[in-house]
Amino acid sequence: MGAVSTERCYEKLKSKATEKIESLKQKPVVWIGTATCGKAAGAVKIREAFKEEITGKGLDARVIEVGCMGYCYAEPLAIISKPGFPTLCYGHLDEGLVKRLVEDFLVNDDPCFEFAMVALESNDFFPTFTDFPRGVYEQKIILEHCGFIDPEDIDHYIDREGYAALAKVLTMKPEEVLAEIKASNLRGRGGAGFPAGTKWEACKKAKGSVKYVICNADEGDPGAFMDRSILESNPHQVIEGLVICAYAVGATGGYFYIRSEYPQAIRRVKTALQQAREKGLLGNSILGSSFDFDIEVFQGSGAFVCGEGTALVNSMEGKMGIPEHRPPRLSTSGFRGKPTVLNNVKTFCYVPVIMRKGADWFKSTGTPSSPGTAVFALVGKVANAGLVEVPMGTTLRQLIYDVGEGIPGEKKFKAVQIGGPSGGCLPKSALDVPIDFDSLQEAGAMMGSGGLVVLDEDDCMVGIARYFLEFTQKESCGKCTFCRLGTKHMLEILNDITKGQENELASLNILWELAEDIKAGSLCNLGKTAPNPVLTTLRYFRDEYEAHIKEGCCPALTCKHLITYFIAPEKCSKLCNVCVGSCPTEAIYTREDGLKAIGQEKCVKCNNCLKACPPQYNAVVKLSPPELLKEKESELK
Amino acid sequence: MLKGKSSKSALIQITPKQNRNLFLKGMFLMELLEGEREIIVEHVDAILKNYRNDRENLIPILQEVQGRLGYLPGLAMEKIAKAINIPAVDVFGLATFYNQFRLNPPGKHQIKVCMGTACYMVGGQIALDSFERRLNIKEGETTCDRNFSLERVACVGCCSIAPVVVVDDIIEGKVTPTRVDGIMLSFETDSQKKKNEKEKCEEEGNQLWVQFLQKDAMKN
Repeated sequence: MGAVSTERCYEKLKSKATEKIESLKQKPVVWIGTATCGKAAGAVKIREAFKEEITGKGLDARVIEVGCMGYCYAEPLAIISKPGFPTLCYGHLDEGLVKRLVEDFLVNDDPCFEFAMVALESNDFFPTFTDFPRGVYEQKIILEHCGFIDPEDIDHYIDREGYAALAKVLTMKPEEVLAEIKASNLRGRGGAGFPAGTKWEACKKAKGSVKYVICNADEGDPGAFMDRSILESNPHQVIEGLVICAYAVGATGGYFYIRSEYPQAIRRVKTALQQAREKGLLGNSILGSSFDFDIEVFQGSGAFVCGEGTALVNSMEGKMGIPEHRPPRLSTSGFRGKPTVLNNVKTFCYVPVIMRKGADWFKSTGTPSSPGTAVFALVGKVANAGLVEVPMGTTLRQLIYDVGEGIPGEKKFKAVQIGGPSGGCLPKSALDVPIDFDSLQEAGAMMGSGGLVVLDEDDCMVGIARYFLEFTQKESCGKCTFCRLGTKHMLEILNDITKGQENELASLNILWELAEDIKAGSLCNLGKTAPNPVLTTLRYFRDEYEAHIKEGCCPALTCKHLITYFIAPEKCSKLCNVCVGSCPTEAIYTREDGLKAIGQEKCVKCNNCLKACPPQYNAVVKLSPPELLKEKESELK
Repeated sequence: MLKGKSSKSALIQITPKQNRNLFLKGMFLMELLEGEREIIVEHVDAILKNYRNDRENLIPILQEVQGRLGYLPGLAMEKIAKAINIPAVDVFGLATFYNQFRLNPPGKHQIKVCMGTACYMVGGQIALDSFERRLNIKEGETTCDRNFSLERVACVGCCSIAPVVVVDDIIEGKVTPTRVDGIMLSFETDSQKKKNEKEKCEEEGNQLWVQFLQKDAMKN
């Protein structure tokens, strides 16, 4: 009886949604990516421009805001669908281009192929995603709908099989749902890769009638934005996963823990929750079944350590986010002392797809020990920065050179920093390491939550290690002595090295020793992984550390204290004055013979003159160690 | 910390020396301006009415107070502690533990320099240094005239146009020291323009008219 009514309930929702979307497709629609990344690139201006042009021309077309497609390098982006034409995506938009697109495409039926980036469906005119290397390697499971549906309208998601998994699950027994998730071998995407099924089972078995499910969206890694992008682009898939999990473990309450730095994600999730309640997908007797469940949003307050489970729970209880000793695990005693399941946004995102298509389908992607896909925020010195989803087992080389299309400006690859502040830097020799939880761990890095930064020859590895350590040192909650003081000591040593104040090679041994001790003596994963960036750079780039210490030289010419700026007289044009104007401290002056020179006592090493010097001269150079300057100056005389 | 009278009820007492230490950490407590006290009390009372007064709501309450006032004044923290019936030091501890909360009022213009990995690598520090130099404050501080406050923030999610600076919610991409000068100059010219316009309307307007009439008369 219950099963029939649940299915009927869902079908009603589905047919209504399909009807709405079909009627939408009858008219031209402009879809604009307005996730935070798009907005940063000026998507709001583009949206207004489109609206203005369309109303100005009296057209019957709609402008809809969508999330992020993952092509951040080409923002602001818009997709234009018009009946009778292939749906096309346009990148690098500006107001002039908007005018042209409205005039030529929407009014005059010329799709302006010269500005199009890619077509969404196969056609005879224009290549689609699968015709580009990126499309060949990418396989989208959780980002499938991101950027193509309106996150603030639940019907868009329902039309694409959304909530079908929930309808199916509600007709199954909770044990069957759990068995399916266990069979899929889904591993938590928060970084550690703990099997989700095992976690759920422990919570299900735990005693008590009150249980909680929490979605961890406290994405604090600098340079990672996968969770934000998913919540801003397709919040319903996460909600559906959360409800399915609650049904499987018998939870009574659910929470989203979202960083307050993500206001747009919070807003969109709240809207989505409200719409789900209105459709009977949340609240009492979901889809006509006897299952009751609701979700609330809790805003995190910006503490990196709160990504750790016990710290997150403490913070939700109104305390400082300080991790606790485990066991007891959260699955037996979590939020308010009740059994709690805590999973990452991406983990919940996989759940509806697994339930709809089955565990075997899920296992057909990726590697046997890490099935499924990996989502990365690909940033740094890479041509096509953005959000990518590739099957587990893809090598770093494929990810950087095929999906990301390599390093811009003919620079040489130096390293890839993977896993954020808890991860490590892998050198060129590790480029063929397959991406999965275990292989990365072996190489010294870790999956982390998915930040991936490409470094080229202009990046100083000591500086990068120092940057990440500075971050973890600041974010250390202070509970464990090794993490609190050890990271500080390490940071001091690294500071000295980058400032050229460290002359003993033995300090590298101290660094190593401290790192090992911090790993052993810390309670939570923040401390246990904090030394990773230093350890991996020491392992693979020891020569750079040695150059800093022994020669006082920064090979990448980035450590401020170890370089000087110098204007090469043989290249300097006497007629050009650009550098003089560019200097914020008036350190550059014109000598009697007309050449320019830098007054070193005034120079703040801001790099402005180097950027300002016209490329035909390229007269400003960086010297390291700074003593080279004297040589150069004596040559002059 | 706060001027005079409240000290009897104040549970958080900060000596000038402690205040100086906080100042050095960029967490100094500024003196309240006239009338500010009443505004704080009014807002905090209104907010406390909306919440069940238990510890679980402490962070949401603090978030809303900061949302309305822009920062967490000591007075507000004391009132909240009393309402929830916990020691004020717990509230103070929480406010200093989490990065989101600030104890000093933000400047009229907020400058946030992104220090995400991508921005750091291409010169975020250089941009931050330039602002520090121009404003003569360190990160986390507010200028004495409360016009500008400078902060470093973690990734704002626009890594493709790094380094990024957010000035009053407007995102500036690919910021160089020259651009920093430009941003500051635009603030200066803006305020100068306003001043000039005002003066023009009041005084010069008449003078110009007189000059025009004189010229007109000479022609004839």
